[in-house]
Amino acid sequence: MSRQAIHGWLLLLPAAALLALFTHWPVLGTIWDSFHATSKAGRAAPFVGLENYRVMVADEVFWKSLTNNLWYCLGTIPISIALAIVMALWVNSAMRGRTLLRMAFFTPTVLPMIAVANIWLFFFTPQYGLLEQVTGAMGIASRNWLGSPDTALACVTIVAIWKEAGFFMIFYLAALQSIPPSLAEAAALEGASRAYYFRRVVFPLLMPTTLFVLVNAVINSFRLVDHIIVMTKGGPNNATSLLLFHVYTVGFSFWDTGYAAALTVVLLAILATIAVVQFGFLEKRVHYQ
Amino acid sequence: MKRIWQLGIAALAALAFAATADTEITFYYPVAVGGPITRTIDQMSADFERENPGIKVKPVYAGTYQETIVKAITAHKSGQPPATAILLSTDMYTLIDEEAIVPFDDIAASADERAWMKSFYPAFMANSQTGGKTWGIPFQRSTIVLYWNKELFKEAGMDPNRPPATWKEMLEYAQKLTKRDASGNVTQYGLQIPSSGFPYWLFQGLTTPNGVELMNAAGTETYFDKPEVIDALAFWVDLGRKHKVMPAGVVEWGTTPKDFFERKIAMMWTTTGNLTNVRTNAKFEFGVAMLPASKRRGSPTGGGNFYVFKKSTKEQQQAAVKFARWMTTPERAAQWGIDTGYVAVRPDAWQTAKMTEYVKGFPVAAVARDQLQYSVAELSTHDNQRVTKALNDGLQAALTGAKTPEQAMKDAQAEASRILRSYR
Repeated sequence: MSRQAIHGWLLLLPAAALLALFTHWPVLGTIWDSFHATSKAGRAAPFVGLENYRVMVADEVFWKSLTNNLWYCLGTIPISIALAIVMALWVNSAMRGRTLLRMAFFTPTVLPMIAVANIWLFFFTPQYGLLEQVTGAMGIASRNWLGSPDTALACVTIVAIWKEAGFFMIFYLAALQSIPPSLAEAAALEGASRAYYFRRVVFPLLMPTTLFVLVNAVINSFRLVDHIIVMTKGGPNNATSLLLFHVYTVGFSFWDTGYAAALTVVLLAILATIAVVQFGFLEKRVHYQ
Repeated sequence: MKRIWQLGIAALAALAFAATADTEITFYYPVAVGGPITRTIDQMSADFERENPGIKVKPVYAGTYQETIVKAITAHKSGQPPATAILLSTDMYTLIDEEAIVPFDDIAASADERAWMKSFYPAFMANSQTGGKTWGIPFQRSTIVLYWNKELFKEAGMDPNRPPATWKEMLEYAQKLTKRDASGNVTQYGLQIPSSGFPYWLFQGLTTPNGVELMNAAGTETYFDKPEVIDALAFWVDLGRKHKVMPAGVVEWGTTPKDFFERKIAMMWTTTGNLTNVRTNAKFEFGVAMLPASKRRGSPTGGGNFYVFKKSTKEQQQAAVKFARWMTTPERAAQWGIDTGYVAVRPDAWQTAKMTEYVKGFPVAAVARDQLQYSVAELSTHDNQRVTKALNDGLQAALTGAKTPEQAMKDAQAEASRILRSYR
């Protein structure tokens, strides 16, 4: 091995060691555990092969959580990214009070999720909650937003969008500021409309940021469950149960660690597949400057 | 200079000796109600240390009940559990199945300690004993009661001092107390029974009066599909969906007291643990009553017990029992009840000067105590949280109209039987 290669590996070593210890080793441990029953009272857990996975196929709550999670992804990812771009374009323009506006958009990101979930709980409260006061003023009949299976998932999705959009905005804002102003000037000279300039110049230049944000948004849509615990505990009747919430319930309420490990393996497999698609397919279409 | 060094070393050695001679016990506790609970617990631990030299108590605030049991069981599995912890009384079977705890009978040897174990209300012991052994000691226990807004009763032309005594009355009252505006939208509901998070507990406030228990004392069987249970659920569902005197769908537990303060509901069911909260925040006269009767009166108990962990040393276990005993003397049980709204756990606590004075000024504080004679154990079985979830899902399915009460309870029973079959 050349001197340079050794040098390179040595530089990588600290990060690789940490990743191996806190990410790769636990992943292997989880896969191993998923083929075992749950150990009770310290006795060794017997090997059960694929039984945990067979249980999963028959587990209605698992399927419900999976479909819920799909809708949750479809709700949070596109909307929070679109909102982030709009907000970034807005606070990037030269206008008075934009620092204040930037801060306002970013605030949800810095607030702790458990605290804001408790506040949102009261926003959605029937009759006198913020939402009801608005809809009531418009003459719309009162609804039990979090207590009805038709609306509960949409409500927790909205909280996640509110929480995430400001965070993604920061990345878009940074990207927008790195676009040379000469491009806008050139486009203006050529008589391009603002919409055309955005579609053919700005948006393609934002693609690396979009890929990064997309990866984060996908991970978050499987990871953000704190507000579920506060607002609905997965209810009513599992209408807001997401995959990670189900893993948590099985692992730390039911103490069925074997089955929880199997569920985690499925979660990991889903995330890994999405990551491969994102990096393998989308990255080819991303233009880096 | 040399002398100072020698003195210093001697002092250090003495300190080290003193430290090893002390028994140190770690004590995990949750906070489930408002108020400066952590400060009170720290103060009590410090007082205990002063009165019991040789024992050091390290109180650890561990979050909610759920977070506390996660921490305690994880610590147990790693071989370093706390000596004692306050956890839900319903987690008893889970802790036994994990072989995490020891029964108090095995540690408490003296006649004094034996007598102490018998000094609590029998209703609270129902969730603390199984197989002839005592596994938990009641500390912060609660039960469900009905709160009503006396002003709204007056507005509706009703006697403000007469709460509903039966289900029939409760429905009639609720109908009178439900107000609608010109377009038919409800502006004030007569009644609210919360159903988010842990609806099974509130449901026991309906099944117990209907003359049925949800499980056997060994925690190996459930009776979710008995006709009385299905009847009780049908009554609950009808309040919201047929009579429309309660919001339809799942009603949030956390916002129910606020709904009450905002005069959006005239009567609510919630824990006695909310008593101090209601007393501080209700800007109107309110009353507290026992849950109304169907075939009989009845309500489940709830709340947390002291447990002692198996993997701690004999000395630590004995120190933990001493600590639990000190924390539950009549005076302290009375003070704890007054500070928090929990029901003081032993009859002689209610005869202390402090408590009699308090009840004289605030008579509704005694309602929960008087209800104890009708109370039953909170739903608790082996693999408790899984069985409970089966029932919760069934209840919410019925309340949101996804299943009929009968179908919902049959499904819940089938699931519970499947989970419990390995314990029979």
